[in-house]
Amino acid sequence: MKTMLKTTAAAIALTVGASAAAAEEKLVLYHWFEYMPQEVLDKFTTETGIKVTMDTYDSNEAMLASLKAGGMGTYDLAVPGDYMVSIMAGEGLLDTIADGELANKGNIAPEWANPSFDPGRASSIPYQWGSTSFAVNRDTYDGDIQTTDILFNPPSELSGKINMLDSQGEVIAMASLHLGIPQCSTDREQLKALNALLQRAKQHWASFNSDTAKEVLVSGDAAVGQIYDGFAAKAREEGANVEYAYPTQGYIAWMDNVVLLKDAPNRGNALKFMDFLLQPENIALVTNYAQYNAGVTGVSSFLDPALAAQPEKNPHANAGEGVFIEVCDEQTQAVYDQIWTNLKK
Amino acid sequence: MATVNNDIKTYKGFRAITLLCLLVLYAPLVIVTIYSFNASASITNWEGLSFRWYADVFTGPESDKFKVAAFNSFTIAIMAATASTTIATLAATAMVRGGKFKLRTVSFGLISLPLMVPEIVTAVATLIFFNSIGFTRGYLTILVAHIAFCIPFAYLPISARMQGIEDSFEQAAMDLYATKRQAFTKVLMPLMAPGIISGFLLAFIVSLDDFIITNFVKGAGVETLPTAIFGSVKQGIKPNIMAISTMLLSFSIVMVTISYFVSKSDNTK
Amino acid sequence: MAAGAASGGSATTDTYKEARNWLLLPSWAVLGIFVLAPVCMMLVYSFLTKEFRGGVIWEPSLAAYDQFFFDRGLFGDEPAKIEWTYITIFWRSIWQAGAATLLSLVIGFPTAYFIATRPERVRPFWVFLITIPYWVNLLIRTVSMKFLLRDQGPLNDFLIGTGLIDSPIHIVNTNFAVQLGLFYSYLPFMVLPIYAAVERYNFSLSEAAADLYAPKWVTLRRIVLPAIKPGVIAGCILVFVPSMGSFLAPDLLGGAKNFMIGSLIEEQFKGNAGNWPFGAAASMILLTMVLIILLIFARQQSKAENAGS
Repeated sequence: MKTMLKTTAAAIALTVGASAAAAEEKLVLYHWFEYMPQEVLDKFTTETGIKVTMDTYDSNEAMLASLKAGGMGTYDLAVPGDYMVSIMAGEGLLDTIADGELANKGNIAPEWANPSFDPGRASSIPYQWGSTSFAVNRDTYDGDIQTTDILFNPPSELSGKINMLDSQGEVIAMASLHLGIPQCSTDREQLKALNALLQRAKQHWASFNSDTAKEVLVSGDAAVGQIYDGFAAKAREEGANVEYAYPTQGYIAWMDNVVLLKDAPNRGNALKFMDFLLQPENIALVTNYAQYNAGVTGVSSFLDPALAAQPEKNPHANAGEGVFIEVCDEQTQAVYDQIWTNLKK
Repeated sequence: MATVNNDIKTYKGFRAITLLCLLVLYAPLVIVTIYSFNASASITNWEGLSFRWYADVFTGPESDKFKVAAFNSFTIAIMAATASTTIATLAATAMVRGGKFKLRTVSFGLISLPLMVPEIVTAVATLIFFNSIGFTRGYLTILVAHIAFCIPFAYLPISARMQGIEDSFEQAAMDLYATKRQAFTKVLMPLMAPGIISGFLLAFIVSLDDFIITNFVKGAGVETLPTAIFGSVKQGIKPNIMAISTMLLSFSIVMVTISYFVSKSDNTK
Repeated sequence: MAAGAASGGSATTDTYKEARNWLLLPSWAVLGIFVLAPVCMMLVYSFLTKEFRGGVIWEPSLAAYDQFFFDRGLFGDEPAKIEWTYITIFWRSIWQAGAATLLSLVIGFPTAYFIATRPERVRPFWVFLITIPYWVNLLIRTVSMKFLLRDQGPLNDFLIGTGLIDSPIHIVNTNFAVQLGLFYSYLPFMVLPIYAAVERYNFSLSEAAADLYAPKWVTLRRIVLPAIKPGVIAGCILVFVPSMGSFLAPDLLGGAKNFMIGSLIEEQFKGNAGNWPFGAAASMILLTMVLIILLIFARQQSKAENAGS
């Protein structure tokens, strides 16, 4: 029955799809929400004649799930965070970029040219990098905010007014920093303590939402929000009196990367787009919009000078270390999944 | 019924509850309509009357996305409603005019299956199914899924109408040497028109409005209006979304009014 | 609704008896392949082994159901106890859906009754008033509701402005907000069947009761309500069933803090968890529960109809 259905489906697809296939050059991009200014896509279309279609997602995990559930072969490029690049490579979802296929590969900043999550940049190029911690509304609370206690053991003024990212990796990594335990721990006592901490902290939290992480701060619906640095800067520009914290216990560092997907329907165009994003003047447009940092040399002259001076970009002297999210093995991950379900039950 | 004293029928407080009900139903929409005319980019402050968000829907940075999404939504809804109404009409004829048969209950169960299965379950099941037969997600997967779950919505008004039509009309036609096919197309179908129209409209609107199943089976870059709107409202409701919602509301009121007059003209025949 | 339409079989004739199978073929094919087969396939998936981070391995396994019903501790090696996590989630969904159904009934019944007792000429107008908001997309309605109810939203501004309250009422991200969202999502499904039932109700029965000096509220409870029971039951099913599987209202209005069944299932396929067999198993359990509820209601319905005729 399977083959029969497949043949029927293919036949219908062929008859309907035939007319569309002959049409214009295109590129299908799978990207985070609010992370790619339309002007960059328009500029690419003007320069190359390739039309870009973009779908958005709100977490690395959602993107992976969608690709694994029949999304492969329909998208050309995706933009996973550091740890997700290794996961996707491990799952065999990434295509390899051969030497010489990217003319501008030399533009990648040296410190990002050989990252542990994609040695030798075999399948990816840098998109943006930044940090995740949290922002606090200074009208509501004027005490010390440079501590993860704000999220996990908040003062009474902030209790019940906290929005967390709806992302297992970022919530649990932050909690691990708070407890001072390693990520992907296999120590039972540490894991039990982590579970207990999240259970206790939950009563202080109002919501889990990544999509509205910025909006709840601007509208005043939340007084504390776990958030990315550039998003916090945008919230501040949109009128929220928020301060972005660099807790002494540490914060999360990340880099998002444009990856070439296996079975990309428009592989050639995808490479052109990657080359386009490696040109400093183009990636600078993204940085000026998203307010993070580019991983391309020569970008600084194209950046908005105000960006570098932002408080969100300049950790204070006592700030803890920025740590990347780690990939756990299957057994360890099962425990973390259980802790996450316990948190949301 | 007119002879019954109105005092016996009416209950104190029911009118108040009805008005409260309408208030709850309309307050959010009225607020959204008002704010769609807000000049400010922020949803929280009122900065005077403006049509800029309506212009933004057609010319703004997201306009291309919404135009394509609207095109997809309407073409899918028209095709899905046409196909499901046809299938439902044939099925209703068999169920209502096909005599008693063994598989009748089973057939009815199958037809009402999409109504009984919670939508999230249908969505997940369809995703798994398409995935395992290797049917790449895209425009076609949405269309096929919509045809399937629209069938019961088209079926219910059509079969209800057919049950209300005596078969003596067709019998009379056949007594006058009309073939069964002629009796079906020339006699039954015209009488069925109002039922078929409401079946079609119901299927159309259900397809146009569907989010959950579409969200699971849609493919790369293929958005319908609900999924495109969801992509935008997830980050908080924005003025251009309020403008779209107001236009959809107006469109709906026009559609409802038209269908009202269609059904009314039928009654006066 | 299912039972009501099925019992409408009295008007059948056999004019198109010979063509019957051909007429039914398209619906059998489409629904069989694209609804029934997928549900069966999901049943199969619920008994397979999960692939790490999404997908299945074609080896039979009871792990998904085991995970649902048995708790083996955080590390999976303690003796099995009853797992309360998912039962809690299911119970919460039932409770929320039940509360939303009750809210719909309390508001929807008087509304339906009121509309059905208007002069025949204006009734369609009232029905339109109820249904028009439902032509606007469910998402927009839910988000509008959230916009209205926010701490700094128009409702609180209005109440503070009029001096009724001093500080904002906190509604968003509470259970009540979810119930209100579900109520707002499915209200017409409650009103319309009750309206249809009241419209068919013979009011001379009420008059007879009044002649016998029955107080009006007693008449409502003892005479009207039993007569329109099938409509009320249909309305409750039509609100309860979709509320159980809903995930928009809990996500948008409830702050995604507590899973409902819908969000739990979605998370297995689109979120962090990526456990397909478990998502399939949870779907099958939800489906079984819904079918049992429908069966019970259908029984009630046919009993009520038999008693009525």
